[in-house]
Amino acid sequence: MFCSIWIGTLAAAAAYAVDPTMLPDPALQARYSALTHELRCMQCQNQSIADSPVGLASDLRAQVRDMLLAGKSDDDVRDFMVARYGEFILFRPRLSARNAWLWLTPLVLLLIGAGAAVRILRQRGRLVDQDIEPVDESERS
Amino acid sequence: MNKFLLPLGGFALLAIVLAIGVKRSPEKSTIPSPLIGRPAPAFALASLTDGNRIVRSSDLRGRPYLLNVWGTWCVQCRAEHAMLLEVQASKLAPLIGLNWKDEDDQALEWLARLGNPYDTVLVDRDGRTAIDWGVYGAPETFLVSAAGIVTYKHVGALTREVWAREFIPRLKP
Repeated sequence: MFCSIWIGTLAAAAAYAVDPTMLPDPALQARYSALTHELRCMQCQNQSIADSPVGLASDLRAQVRDMLLAGKSDDDVRDFMVARYGEFILFRPRLSARNAWLWLTPLVLLLIGAGAAVRILRQRGRLVDQDIEPVDESERS
Repeated sequence: MNKFLLPLGGFALLAIVLAIGVKRSPEKSTIPSPLIGRPAPAFALASLTDGNRIVRSSDLRGRPYLLNVWGTWCVQCRAEHAMLLEVQASKLAPLIGLNWKDEDDQALEWLARLGNPYDTVLVDRDGRTAIDWGVYGAPETFLVSAAGIVTYKHVGALTREVWAREFIPRLKP
């Protein structure tokens, strides 16, 4: 019973898959699939072009397909898209001079945190040192 | 005293950064085009009214022009149509229409019924030229300088306000 529902769901998913494109070469198909999943659909911004049913997404998929069939590299395809739509089209933005600070901020914060931790630990160590010094006889009363 | 200064300063800095972000967010809702300041993408497209006439981007060099991306399927294009007629009447620059992924007969019927604001309408049936221009939603209006450089792009229906604020100053230096 559950099994048949599950199979039914799978069949429906296959039937309604947004992108039926099949490239002749499995390696090319894998690259095509990876690329279309990392390019943003500019109309429906939180979907990749692989998952979006809108017209522009299918045009961009056709563009990716044609470029791969013409022997272009993955980076050629990414550069082509970025030149037209900007970095925003990449779901995984690349490191550049403009966004370097964004990439480096976590590292800087980590260093600040580590510095603070070291300072606090050292202070605590000194407090413990002071604590275990034998009490001066004269202070006893 | 000193103990509170650092967190307070940090908080003030964060507040300023966030305030700038919030203030700028309305304009950030449209994605900036990487084309601004770069040469307009080349094209060679058939004219809608005369299928035998091919218009090339190089034919348009020598004076500024406007490129308006539209389609009869686009609701906002209907909304901006009256404004486009005003733009045409102003005679400030030729208005080139890019009929994006549309049917020729429907496009012609639309122009006959609502009036034709365009000097030339180019047909981009497969959407390749629109991709070259980084178009992601009609209507979009580009301003291209006499030297063939894209100087401005407006996404969404053109309004009188946007026309007066962004286009006219760039057309009348």
